[in-house]
Amino acid sequence: MTTSLAAQINSVLAALILLTAFGLLVQRRIYGLLHLFAWQGLFLSISTALVGYAAGSHHLYISSILTLALKVILLPYILHALIVRLQIRKEIEAVVNVPTTMLIGIALVIFSYHLTAPIMELSTLVTRSTLAVALATVMLGLLMMITRRHAVTQIIGFLALENGLFFAATSATYGMPLVVELGVALDILIAAFVFGIFFFQIRTTFESLDVNQMAKLKEED
Amino acid sequence: MTLIILLGISFLSAIALAFAGDRKFAPEINIFGSLATFLAGIALAVQVYMQGPMLAGNNFFFVDAFNVYLAVLTSFVSMTTAIFSRRYMRREREHGRIGHWGMRFYHAMFQLFIFAMLLALLTNNLGILWIAMELATLSTVLLVSLYRTPTAIEAAWKYFILCGVGIAIALFGTVLLYFAAEQVLGEGGEALLWTNLNQVKDKLEPRVLSLSFVFLVVGYGTKVGLVPLHNWLPDAHSEGPTPISAVLSGLLLNIALYALVRCKVLVDGATGTHQAGYIMMGFGLLSILVAAFSLLRQKDIKRMFAYSSIEHMGIATFAFGLGGPIATFGALLHMLVHSLTKSAIFFTVGHASQMHGTQEMDKIRGLIRGNPLVGWGLIFGVIAIVGMPPFGIFTSEFLILTATIKDVPLLTPLLLIGLGVAFAALFRRVQPMIAGEIPPNQQFLKVAHVPVILHMVLVLIIGLYMPNFLAEWFSTAVGLLK
Amino acid sequence: MKTYPLITEILQIVAVLILAPIFIGWIRMVKCWLQGRTSAGLFQPLRDIIKLFYKEVVLAENASWIFRFTPYLVFGVSVLAAAIIPILSTDLSLALTADAIVLVALFAIARFFTALAGMDIGTAFGGMGSSREMMIASLSEPAMLMAIFTVSLVAQSTSLAQIALVIGHGPFILRPSLAFALLAFVLIAIAENGRIPVDNPATHLELTMIHEAMILEYSGRHLALIEWASMMKLFLFASLGIVAFFPWGIGEGSLKDIPIAFVLLIAKLFIAGIVLVLIETGLAKMRIFRVPEFLGSAFLFATLGMLSYFILE
Repeated sequence: MTTSLAAQINSVLAALILLTAFGLLVQRRIYGLLHLFAWQGLFLSISTALVGYAAGSHHLYISSILTLALKVILLPYILHALIVRLQIRKEIEAVVNVPTTMLIGIALVIFSYHLTAPIMELSTLVTRSTLAVALATVMLGLLMMITRRHAVTQIIGFLALENGLFFAATSATYGMPLVVELGVALDILIAAFVFGIFFFQIRTTFESLDVNQMAKLKEED
Repeated sequence: MTLIILLGISFLSAIALAFAGDRKFAPEINIFGSLATFLAGIALAVQVYMQGPMLAGNNFFFVDAFNVYLAVLTSFVSMTTAIFSRRYMRREREHGRIGHWGMRFYHAMFQLFIFAMLLALLTNNLGILWIAMELATLSTVLLVSLYRTPTAIEAAWKYFILCGVGIAIALFGTVLLYFAAEQVLGEGGEALLWTNLNQVKDKLEPRVLSLSFVFLVVGYGTKVGLVPLHNWLPDAHSEGPTPISAVLSGLLLNIALYALVRCKVLVDGATGTHQAGYIMMGFGLLSILVAAFSLLRQKDIKRMFAYSSIEHMGIATFAFGLGGPIATFGALLHMLVHSLTKSAIFFTVGHASQMHGTQEMDKIRGLIRGNPLVGWGLIFGVIAIVGMPPFGIFTSEFLILTATIKDVPLLTPLLLIGLGVAFAALFRRVQPMIAGEIPPNQQFLKVAHVPVILHMVLVLIIGLYMPNFLAEWFSTAVGLLK
Repeated sequence: MKTYPLITEILQIVAVLILAPIFIGWIRMVKCWLQGRTSAGLFQPLRDIIKLFYKEVVLAENASWIFRFTPYLVFGVSVLAAAIIPILSTDLSLALTADAIVLVALFAIARFFTALAGMDIGTAFGGMGSSREMMIASLSEPAMLMAIFTVSLVAQSTSLAQIALVIGHGPFILRPSLAFALLAFVLIAIAENGRIPVDNPATHLELTMIHEAMILEYSGRHLALIEWASMMKLFLFASLGIVAFFPWGIGEGSLKDIPIAFVLLIAKLFIAGIVLVLIETGLAKMRIFRVPEFLGSAFLFATLGMLSYFILE
């Protein structure tokens, strides 16, 4: 496989990651979100392995396997189990104004492109062009956390944002040092336990996982 | 070796406490663990003081004058907080506010939190620094929601989401930093070591670093509690248990600021301009002003002091941004004295709210008559925190003000307005609480004397007479941060 | 003046006129097979049109000239569009007179008059259909233009012949931008031609119809022309997709290419028909209020295609 073909396939994967990020932004059903998130992790994992192969940096294989295990299998499984346990399978949240959200998302992609353009000029890696997509994925995850009002959705947004960060690390620098990647993965795992406990706490206290109910703490006038 | 012991103790105590659970001796293990950590911290400090900066563990750890003083401070405040929390948490347990699992959780997570902060301070690797910061967030999130009340869960969720996002953005900044470093230092773990980066900082690509600093300042700034990223802070402080408020305010904010300053040194070296400093000054000044005016409207006592923390972190950030020897010296000193004073205040506040069974300031009255230590401790703490002589904060704020008048005289009025409003707001609120007759809802309480007195005496000593070794230390650190 | 561009031009128009109803017949056939019904045969739509030409025209009393004029205009515009899309060959005498943007405008003219005619009679259904049609149009046209821009960015030209040449002859590169544009184009084509899930061409159910509501009052040869034009529209959208995304095998200025091009065209349409049926069978018709979201995502895909051209290529 030539480097240019690898770069092309990587671009396609980047496009798919971006597409899933938009999909997450507007998907209403909770299982749909979960599937999209797993797909995004899969694309990320393939892309990481591909970059590792093309660049000959073998530690990326470990990172790829880590992504596969964590983002494609473990976390969706945990979330799925939580959804079943908490019986929120059928909760459909009202997504406010899909077209506006999409337009903001497009604006964020343009913004990311603008922001990373000077970096792309400096880089010599074959993956440099995907950095803008990585930053866009981060921004879209952020947007998702702002616009969505369901606890599980917000967590999925957070994890998608983290996907974007991994992708950024791969595309800008062929991956962070291995010890850092392992540490980040460990943190994500701990975070998974924390939000798992949180879901139960929120559920028992508020009866539902809609975070709109949590609006008591405000500045009094 | 000392380093391993220092980090190991808190980690092992965390595990031990997870097993000890709700047993009677758990608080004692907590205290002894923290005490041992503190002693190890002293030993490390002596070592660094004698031999100068050192690298250890295959360049994995790096200790210099800047982080060792924060490490000692962290272990000290965690020790006094452990002492304070013994009585405080016992009472909470008796009153049924937390259960069996809550206690187990509290002790284990407390030590894990200390471990994360020490790791963040002592590591040389900017990636590990990030991981430790995230670990510190995750270990405290569930402590904030310990009481399981709706507001506590809301506060903890806010804390989790906002700090999680903030810290993720900081990771993006770190990735960019690594990208710039890789072009100079080559691939591999070496390129994220701060010591290596510091040596080649003038060769790093300035455009990438200034972009990366924007992400870092937003990311770590969220944890520092800089306005407008501060939303989580008052909620987390007011809803969590008081010992956690004390360590959040006194320690965690410092660590986040430390991370930011470490990165600023690199960015300044690369860009050769004062751009990063201006960004920090802007955030700092905004934090001072917004926090000062927010202080005026508070009703909840812990919330009010949380805003005061935002104000003081703003002062320190502003001073670091200002740069120059005097301002940096002032900022370092400010981090130290604010940490000591604010945790002492939270100790007294915690007891005061336990005595009255509420955190509402209108219902807290007659503290001096009810319990002299709590009353006098609070009033002295507030005198210290608003920057009155002879306490240490006066010294640090005076230094910072002097530097401001010299370098950016136009900003002096803004800074003074912030300090003045905070002064008025705090005194207006605290005075009625300490004076007057004992109200009917006040209860008798056994309080922890040692921590409050220890902290206040230290702040007083630093204000009256700065020990030689401390001044020398700070001067070295100022040299490092040039 | 060379003669073969003119000859291919005439051949192409004739081919479109005849193949369009057959294409519809093919789609209906596949659909019947998938649903386990017996089909009416490949040529049934053609027979329908011929039958309608023999029928008498019934005009409403208050129909104005617009109502009578519209079928001829719509049909004429469709034939014109058929003349400028390089379906069989890129070397057409009219190909250089117009580009992709003109094509969008031609379809817009046809739609504008159909909507006017729908309101002209003054029945409730006509007005409702027109208003719905315009709502869909207002959303699909920007998306359509965006998709065309993406393709023309890749080809560096908005001329359809040029697009077909560049994409057909360039080295094979995986282009996310074209994939996004194709996705957007498929969604737009579904909406523009009133297929499921946006509209159902086989129903006259009052509340759901869009296109059918507008032409409810037409009869006889007027209806024949309108039906024929709408069949041609679907055919043209399919060939537009082929030109922009799968142009391999389109002839280039010699008559010898035409037979091969013709066979390949049939093969591609064969597949396109199956794909369309699969989409239609797999989806349920959506509520009219969801259509903006549907077209919004078409716009999103088209824009993402354009962005990924800049970012990734």
